[in-house]
Amino acid sequence: MSKISQLFNSSIGQKVIMSLTGLFLCSFLVIHMIGNLQLFKGDSGMAFNTYAVFMTTNPLIKTTSYLLYASILYHAVKGLWLAARNRKARPVKYAMSQANANSHWTSRNMGVLGTMILVFIVVHMSDFWAEYKFGHIPYTKYTTNILTGELTSEAMPTDYVQSKKLEEYMVGTDTKVVIVKDLYKEVSEEFQNIGLVLLYLVAMFAVSFHLYHGFQSAFQSLGIAYDNYKGIIKAIGIWGFAILIPAGFAAMPLYFYFFKS
Amino acid sequence: MTSPRLDAKIPGGNISEKWTQYKSTVALVNPANKRKLEIIVVGSGLAGSSAAATLAELGYKVKVFCFQDSARRAHSIAAQGGINAAKNYQNDGDSTYRLFYDTIKGGDYRAREANVHRLAEVSASIIDQCVAQGVPFAREYGGLLSNRSFGGTQVQRTFYAAGQTGQQLLLGAYSALMRQVGYGTVKMYARHEMLEVVTVDGKARGIIARNLVTGELERHFGHAVLLCTGGYGNVFFLSTNAMGSNVTAAWKAHKKGAFFGNPCFTQIHPTCIPVSGDHQSKLTLMSESLRNDGRIWVPKKAGDTRKPIDIPEDERDYYLERRYPAFGNLVPRDVASRAAKERCDAGFGVGASKMAVYLDYASAIERYGKVEANKQNLVNPDKATIIKLGKGIVAEKYGNLFEMYAKITGENPYETPMRIYPAVHYTMGGLWVDYNLMTTVEGLYALGEANFSDHGANRLGASALMQGLADGYFVIPYTIGAYLAKEIHTNPISLDHPAFTEAEQRVKGIIEKLINIKGNKSVDHFHKALGKIMWDQCGMARNAEGLKWAISEIRKLREEFWKDVRIPGGAMEVNPELEKACRVADFLELGELMCIDALNRNESCGGHFREEYQTEEGEALRDDDNFAYVAAWEFHEGYEWSLHKEDLVFENIKLTQRSYK
Amino acid sequence: MKITLKVWRQKNGKDSGRFETYQLNHVSEDMSFLEMFDVLNEQLITENKEPVAFDHDCREGICGMCSMYINGRAHGPWEGTTTCQLHMRAFNDGDTIVVEPWRSAAFPVLKDLMVDRSAFDRIMAVGGFVSVNTGNAVDANSTLIPKEDADNAFSAAACIGCGACVATCKNSSAMLFVSAKVSQLALLPQGQVERKDRVRKMVAQMDAEGFGSCTNTGACEAECPKGISIANIARMNREYLGAAILPGN
Ligand SMILES: Cc1cc2nc3c(=O)[nH]c(=O)nc-3n(C[C@H](O)[C@H](O)[C@H](O)COP(=O)(O)OP(=O)(O)OC[C@H]3O[C@@H](n4cnc5c(N)ncnc54)[C@H](O)[C@@H]3O)c2cc1C
Ligand code: HEM
Ligand code: SF4
Ligand code: FES
Repeated sequence: MSKISQLFNSSIGQKVIMSLTGLFLCSFLVIHMIGNLQLFKGDSGMAFNTYAVFMTTNPLIKTTSYLLYASILYHAVKGLWLAARNRKARPVKYAMSQANANSHWTSRNMGVLGTMILVFIVVHMSDFWAEYKFGHIPYTKYTTNILTGELTSEAMPTDYVQSKKLEEYMVGTDTKVVIVKDLYKEVSEEFQNIGLVLLYLVAMFAVSFHLYHGFQSAFQSLGIAYDNYKGIIKAIGIWGFAILIPAGFAAMPLYFYFFKS
Repeated sequence: MTSPRLDAKIPGGNISEKWTQYKSTVALVNPANKRKLEIIVVGSGLAGSSAAATLAELGYKVKVFCFQDSARRAHSIAAQGGINAAKNYQNDGDSTYRLFYDTIKGGDYRAREANVHRLAEVSASIIDQCVAQGVPFAREYGGLLSNRSFGGTQVQRTFYAAGQTGQQLLLGAYSALMRQVGYGTVKMYARHEMLEVVTVDGKARGIIARNLVTGELERHFGHAVLLCTGGYGNVFFLSTNAMGSNVTAAWKAHKKGAFFGNPCFTQIHPTCIPVSGDHQSKLTLMSESLRNDGRIWVPKKAGDTRKPIDIPEDERDYYLERRYPAFGNLVPRDVASRAAKERCDAGFGVGASKMAVYLDYASAIERYGKVEANKQNLVNPDKATIIKLGKGIVAEKYGNLFEMYAKITGENPYETPMRIYPAVHYTMGGLWVDYNLMTTVEGLYALGEANFSDHGANRLGASALMQGLADGYFVIPYTIGAYLAKEIHTNPISLDHPAFTEAEQRVKGIIEKLINIKGNKSVDHFHKALGKIMWDQCGMARNAEGLKWAISEIRKLREEFWKDVRIPGGAMEVNPELEKACRVADFLELGELMCIDALNRNESCGGHFREEYQTEEGEALRDDDNFAYVAAWEFHEGYEWSLHKEDLVFENIKLTQRSYK
Repeated sequence: MKITLKVWRQKNGKDSGRFETYQLNHVSEDMSFLEMFDVLNEQLITENKEPVAFDHDCREGICGMCSMYINGRAHGPWEGTTTCQLHMRAFNDGDTIVVEPWRSAAFPVLKDLMVDRSAFDRIMAVGGFVSVNTGNAVDANSTLIPKEDADNAFSAAACIGCGACVATCKNSSAMLFVSAKVSQLALLPQGQVERKDRVRKMVAQMDAEGFGSCTNTGACEAECPKGISIANIARMNREYLGAAILPGN
């Protein structure tokens, strides 16, 4: 056991946890991205709202999400702690430094980029997650004709509440009714605020740059950045995590701001 | 007649059995007593590190000193080419006897047979030991060790690690040393410079060392003191040695009664990058391996100012191939060096200074290119393709050397021939030692380049590393027993003993004197002036008149030094100028002795070439009847030296004239 | 060439230090960087001032003693080059060059441009070796080592212990130096017996010396004069994880 505790107290061990939590967060980003694509479905948000219910009720997902919060917390706290300690390892700074000649700026600013992400996460969580969980979000009733696929939606009165998060029943044999908290509406309204849209954009740049370095770095930390794999890890890091994912997330506020006003 | 003061203690018996028999009869120290015996090792190069680690493994209490900031930076780190060992892995007829024979012959018959044979005997174990430590020697595809031929020997017995053999061997020895430091059996004193030997009742009992960070003088006791302090090539100011290499430790020992052996035997290496200007601080060696493929030439017309590539083939003088058709560019170092000097002195030198010759790879590039094109089954490749392929092969073999040349000179050696010139490289001379490696002061030993022992008048390539490690790993751990077994009842001597006080006072006096001169000239000024005298008069060629002149010039320079040197800063702080001054003060005395020795030796042998003693074709002329001896010099106050001779007896090898024609 | 030098001067470890500016009027482009410092020091001695203290020995790029932070880069602008091998050709007439010591809590300044790198030795002393006493070795060719392993081990062993990796790393991390030794011995059969113990001890000592931790910026690899690759750091991470998680010592 002492070997293990030595591991976690060592610089390498701590770095390994940074990479594991970081990669876990990366995997979350993928899931979150895929889920959020429902926003673009053009069904007035029914799929998205249903997905939101699933995400907040499924026990497996719920436990995972606590792990996720813990990871974010650990990753952020430890990351900033390490960054602070590393600064102290050089008490007198260089008068002149040409760091650009030897390393990418993203790799030298993980703490700053991470802090930007942290700020964003706080805003984002209080805007949507807390609002959804604890605040008051009005319900919407979706009526679908399963034969024709025709869909209509209708806002419920603001004081409407229901015990289950999602009510689903059939009217007759061909009409399905779904009543659910309308997070979609909340999203589309929030994203009319140009300030918030900009914050999201900036945050996504931060995510992009954080992962431009972070993704491949995590594999280096775990010691699996063998020469043969280096290329593919780098490609996934750059194309997947530094470009596609942040671009996908950034498209959401832009979509609502420009096309759903 | 060998001087009665020089008992080499060579064991009896057949040459090939002397060492084995001696090892099994030499006195042993039992483990409990070893713990009580303290050994001071000055120097952490191959000799020092290997000795210290091994002695500590045996149980002795060891202290190690070096002036660098880490033991790993000793000058041995710079050796490039390789290390010899009579392993006969290549099945080309090598043997202990052949290595012994080559070393004696290479040394121009001025080394002691018994020591050299022992060296050849233990050479194989060195490789085993180094491999076990994880030294990454070059290997073949089958996983076996690779060998190359080196320095004109006819067998492949040189083990190497790219062009960094010294580094890898030293890091191996350093790791063994650091292991003992970690165990607490060795105490390491880096950034310490030994400035005096302490003797009590004629026996070495400790040293005075200056802590180079605080400036404090420290007293250290040892039952025995091992000097593994390297060579003194820097007496020439410009040499391939590291900037800090010095004679101080050996010189202080010399002044305390240790005889200095063959001080004038200096090796000049033929392939170094030439001097580029007055600012030059050291010379860089280009590994000897370059001569395996490169061709050396000068223009046939004196003072030819054309670019080398514009000089047509028939107007080039490949003077080594012309003079020595059998060995060509691979003649031994001393021969190649003198031949270069001869051409330059005659006005055929090249480059801005005219003190350089060309080392040309054009034909090697073409030759390798053709071979490679053949391998790749190219039919009638054009010249450009051949050159391109050839450059690739040359880059593979010598890339790092070519790169180094380009950095230093700003020229591209793939396109234009390199300019090279000989430079001081190694000193065969050193403290006289007996078979046990003990100097003429009891309890004071000298190992590695610091002693005179194994290379005679000329050292073969890849043999210094072998000797350093042989001395440290496999010789001293046995031979020191002969002395220490008698010392088990000697209690550590108090550091307040008058001998320590007196030694410290003497060092303090010198330092204070130096600092208080407050003259007008820097230490380097004197060092450069000394270097020039030495290089001109006691370098590649010497003559009686020049040597006499040099002796008087050096005396004058020494006087001036003690009147006019300027050392800023104080004694109790980091003070590199003071460190240099202490070293140069000793060089200024050593230089004189070297000239005296060169003047005494009325013959030419190995690296010692007296112009008066040469054949009609300008080759060295040895005088075995009168000079087959080691010249061991004893120091007397007032800069007087008396000569003691150790006759060299060759029972196993017949003396012949070296010929490379 | 004319060169203006801004050099860090610090009397000793306690002094707080400052920059001094010096003017050199006759610098040749064939000079090495340290020879330029020799010229500066000669000039200072003539002016009865204290010369600049700096570490150097071999001046051939192999001992690892020289250590200057030149214009914001460890060992200056040339790639794969130590300070002593850097030549003035790298600069232009009229340039101002800023020269600082290695800066790291683990490398305290002793004087001017000289720092104390003994932390490296202490890391080596806890495990940077194969425990084989002299005389115990078997015949060198009795262990076959694939050429590729030997070559890779050699590349890692080429480290000269200069500390440029620490100096240049924004975290003052010593991972490149330590991983080079760990890799060399992990790649060779001789190093197997103590493999786990070695990496654990060396990393523990590295942490105790006050170096920062690695954030994989790659700056060390880019500035290392011997081209030591950060693949060695990945290998050390792997070795370390293995040593902690897998059974056995
Ligand atoms: C460029 C170059 C290339 C070479 N290549 C080869 C080669 O390929 N093959 C080969 O066999 N040989 C080669 N040699 C020769 C060989 O490297 C040396 O002869 C050998 O390494 C000397 O080892 P050493 O242990 O005797 O001394 P060194 O390695 O010189 O060590 C001297 C030690 O003594 C210490 N010291 C000195 N004076 C004092 C003092 N006063 N106080 C405290 N400490 C002191 C130093 O700090 C150092 O630790 C080469 C030499 C040079 C210059
Ligand atoms: C979407 C959220 C995040 C993801 C996907 C993520 C991912 C990663 C990854 C993969 C790494 C590389 C780990 C390694 O090099 O081994 C990393 C490093 C880092 N992260 Fe994050 N991170 C996120 C949020 C944050 C936050 C909120 C902070 C801090 C406030 C932060 C601070 C850091 C720091 C400082 C590092 C560098 C740590 C080091 O190299 O020692 N990250 N991150
Ligand atoms: S890894 Fe490179 S930069 Fe670091 S100490 Fe070794 S040689 Fe110097
Ligand atoms: S002085 Fe030795 S590496 Fe620069």
